[in-house]
Amino acid sequence: MREELKELYKYRELLYTIAYRDVKVRYKQSIMGVLWAILMPILIVLSGVVVRYAYAVAAHVPLQTADITSVAVKSLPWAFLVSSIRFSCLSLTNNKDLVTKVYFPKEIFPVGAVLASLFDFMVASGALTIFLLLVHTGWSLYLIWVPFLLLTMVTLAAGIGMVVAAASLFFRDVKFVVEVFLTFGIFFTPVFYDVAMFGDKGKWLLLNPVSPILDAFGACVGRHQAPDLPWLAYSVSFAALSLIGGYAFFKHLEPGFAESV
Amino acid sequence: MSDIAVRMERVFKKFRKGEMYNSLRDLVPALTGRMFRQRELNDRDKREFWALEDVSFEVKRGEAFGIIGPNGAGKSTMLKVLSRVMKPTRGALHVNGKVSAMIELAAGFHQDLTGRENIYLYGSIMGMSKREITSKFDDIVDFSGLAEFIDTPVKRYSSGMYARLGFAVASHVNPDVLLVDEVLSVGDALFQRKSVERMRKIIQNGATVLFVSHNLKTVADFCSHTLLLDHGHPVTIGSTPDTITQYMSLLQQHRAEDQSRPVVITKVTARDAAGPCHRFHSGQKARIDVEVLAHEPCSKLAVVLYLLDQNYYPLFATSTERLGHGNVMLNPGDTLQCTFEVQLNLGPGVYYPSANLFRYESQQWFDSWEAAETIYVCSHEDITGPVNCFPKVIRQEVHRGDLREAKSHLSDKSETPENLGSAANRGRDCP
Repeated sequence: MREELKELYKYRELLYTIAYRDVKVRYKQSIMGVLWAILMPILIVLSGVVVRYAYAVAAHVPLQTADITSVAVKSLPWAFLVSSIRFSCLSLTNNKDLVTKVYFPKEIFPVGAVLASLFDFMVASGALTIFLLLVHTGWSLYLIWVPFLLLTMVTLAAGIGMVVAAASLFFRDVKFVVEVFLTFGIFFTPVFYDVAMFGDKGKWLLLNPVSPILDAFGACVGRHQAPDLPWLAYSVSFAALSLIGGYAFFKHLEPGFAESV
Repeated sequence: MSDIAVRMERVFKKFRKGEMYNSLRDLVPALTGRMFRQRELNDRDKREFWALEDVSFEVKRGEAFGIIGPNGAGKSTMLKVLSRVMKPTRGALHVNGKVSAMIELAAGFHQDLTGRENIYLYGSIMGMSKREITSKFDDIVDFSGLAEFIDTPVKRYSSGMYARLGFAVASHVNPDVLLVDEVLSVGDALFQRKSVERMRKIIQNGATVLFVSHNLKTVADFCSHTLLLDHGHPVTIGSTPDTITQYMSLLQQHRAEDQSRPVVITKVTARDAAGPCHRFHSGQKARIDVEVLAHEPCSKLAVVLYLLDQNYYPLFATSTERLGHGNVMLNPGDTLQCTFEVQLNLGPGVYYPSANLFRYESQQWFDSWEAAETIYVCSHEDITGPVNCFPKVIRQEVHRGDLREAKSHLSDKSETPENLGSAANRGRDCP
């Protein structure tokens, strides 16, 4: 594996070029340009606001700004995860020519897709920062957790991305399965709601490895609290394992790519 | 460092033909089905075939090496194994240095990006660093001749422009080992010449180049040694002319075995009055033997002979019927042999006698064999172009403004009335 990592390092410039290409093409093709990056988070936030409003009506309490902030803060990492997985899933099959004709470490495609989504995330974060300033969310020292949380997210996305990319090269309908998971995953992940709302049963939700990360985003940015460390440690280990496992899986299948695509 | 750039040792590559499960929807029923039936194992052996079988060769550093073979010989698989995109099933490949494959140019281009952006993209795919591309950028643009379109998205390019840009980038990579597909035939004649020049320069600069090609001319021009593949087997490895000769006879053999056509041309060979010959003098008479084998009854058949120049441009065509020999009727198993005599009033160069079988009445083609034979024509006259008009200069005069007159007759022969006449014509009738 060391040899393979060395090779990946050698090709790092190609990784940036591919990520840059993906970003550029996405922004060029869309008339809305940069709006593209914030469109999906905005839609998620709006649907979250609707859901939150329904809770508020059902519970006979007014809708708080903090609720909206919470939804907004968690939507961004969720949107990042969804678009990373979606684009990495297609990354090998969309670059069929390069997969079959030119030699280089092919994990560059799924990882490049994750990096391109990270760019979208950054653009959207800018918009979110403005929003948070407008509603006077304030800040705290806990914000220093954010880069670490983001790194965990990227790790997880890259791990899953490599698995689905390789799998969808061999089985064309994997992308539909992935799409279903991405669509309904939001209901099993605390984006619209908070883990705290479930009281004791909240821990079952946290078994979903994405949940503690999103909850930690909400805690650090929105509620000015420390993240729930034991659960976060669980997510971090899961993310690390998914990266290592995903990479091993990808590298194991890679020699067969050119024949099967 | 050893002086061997590429070494292939007993390489085997197995493929599975037939349907493969490439969706979960097919895989799940197949797996459950397999639990109940055990007989699949035997089927599997039948569906496997060897795309490469026991191929070994060595290429020295700085050598140009050709790999030729008919369709389905395993050339593409060979390229993929050499470029390390595919792993051989058995055997080993050793390559000293950086490999770069100049195959199917522009596979790495993205439609929506401009020429400039694509140069960077494709360059880094081919293994160049950003700094390297920047330093060569002007040369690449200059070579492609697309300076004014460099900021246009490549989706607006014509296919020729596309290919030119691809070649321009790929040929500036400077790898230790370069793999070349059929890429020297992109663009117009001028660009092709430029490409060939560029390739020659790459070889001169010491790169090891492997040509994998149908185009015998390219291989003959560049490669000292050539490997001939057929159905995955190495048939021969040797000096290029010998290998090409073997390839030709292999093609003839394949043609005779081809049952899909009612009649096939099995042989087109050139000879002089004495025997087989490939080298002729301009103006000499050559005989071209054409042999035809019938698998099914076939009537009103005419044999067409045509001649191609080195760019596969047809120069001349005739047929048995047009020469007044009528048509023939063949029964299964019959062979037809005919011999054409042609006077090679051709300029020096390479020409390809070719043949096809035609029925004039129904305008129907039966078989066609382009570039079936290769002949070389040399001439005493130093001329260019496909035809030899056997020119002579019979008068050259300089009239100086001076009072003294300098007059020179080139040879005594030019005084003959015949030559004077033609000189006069040249002077008066052709402005």
